[in-house]
Amino acid sequence: MAHARFVEIGRVAYVNFGPEKGKLCVIIDVVDNKRALVDGPSTGVARQQMPFSRISLTEFVLPVKRNQMSSNVAKIFDSHEVVKKWNSSTAGKHIEHSLRRANLTDFERFKLMIAQKKKSSALKKELKKLTVKH
Amino acid sequence: MVKGDPTLLMKLRQYQVAGRKFPSDTDPNPVIYRMRIFATDEIRAKSRFWYFTKRLNKIKTAHGEIVSVEEIVEKNTDHVKTYGISIRYETRNGITNMYREYRDTSLCGAVGRMYQDMAGRHRARAETIHIISTTALNVSSKVKRSNTAQFYNSKIRFPLLHETVRAPCKSLRSVFVSGRPLTRSH
Repeated sequence: MAHARFVEIGRVAYVNFGPEKGKLCVIIDVVDNKRALVDGPSTGVARQQMPFSRISLTEFVLPVKRNQMSSNVAKIFDSHEVVKKWNSSTAGKHIEHSLRRANLTDFERFKLMIAQKKKSSALKKELKKLTVKH
Repeated sequence: MVKGDPTLLMKLRQYQVAGRKFPSDTDPNPVIYRMRIFATDEIRAKSRFWYFTKRLNKIKTAHGEIVSVEEIVEKNTDHVKTYGISIRYETRNGITNMYREYRDTSLCGAVGRMYQDMAGRHRARAETIHIISTTALNVSSKVKRSNTAQFYNSKIRFPLLHETVRAPCKSLRSVFVSGRPLTRSH
């Protein structure tokens, strides 16, 4: 609870389900305990109701007012460089890596397998050195 | 135009239906009755109009005509409003009146939610529910229900304490997963 992220006006959220999946949006207002009114003019999310089950709260909060105009939301979003901050954050990087992994070509997957084999054999060698021989 | 995921949008629309008895020699200019009807399309709106007009004004479909059917489009769906809806519905043992409040960006959304809510909480089917009146509550002091009032707050702030882990789309669902889900919020 101490580190919980709060649903609040201005909270940046990542849409993880539905047609807007993969986009960032800002919580503009709360409809009820299950839905928020979100807007993401800079990221292509139209102002709409979004259930909380479809969004993941990020660590970023913007100084957006309740029911702020979309154009002003875009200005604040862009001036805070949210997309850049998101892409360099842990969660953003994780998503980028998952996407990259999903889009690997067969040759790249082969290279990945070879690299993993090398890594595990190097680890095993070092582990053997450290292990006491009976 | 209402934007968003079509599966989340309410299908109900609001119509203004006006109708009257056929003009006759004794009554060349009959009174025109007007109603606001919530229905999924015009045809249902007209049908519901006749249902009420028969009961209230003693005009049968066969003796009257619809003068106009116009859709009442929500002016602004960009912000959330609180609606108070008065209804009358049939229970298993009689008829009751109710006043219920809903928060939504549009009146049609709130009314649609009311039908779903009544079905879930009171097993009341849509046919048995008559909407007496709807009001948009613009002042927080007018909101009667504490459940709705707690969201009528410009400084609203709460954590999501329990997150349900879900695959991003149906095709990526799997029956068995290697680890237990993490349901706590970050």
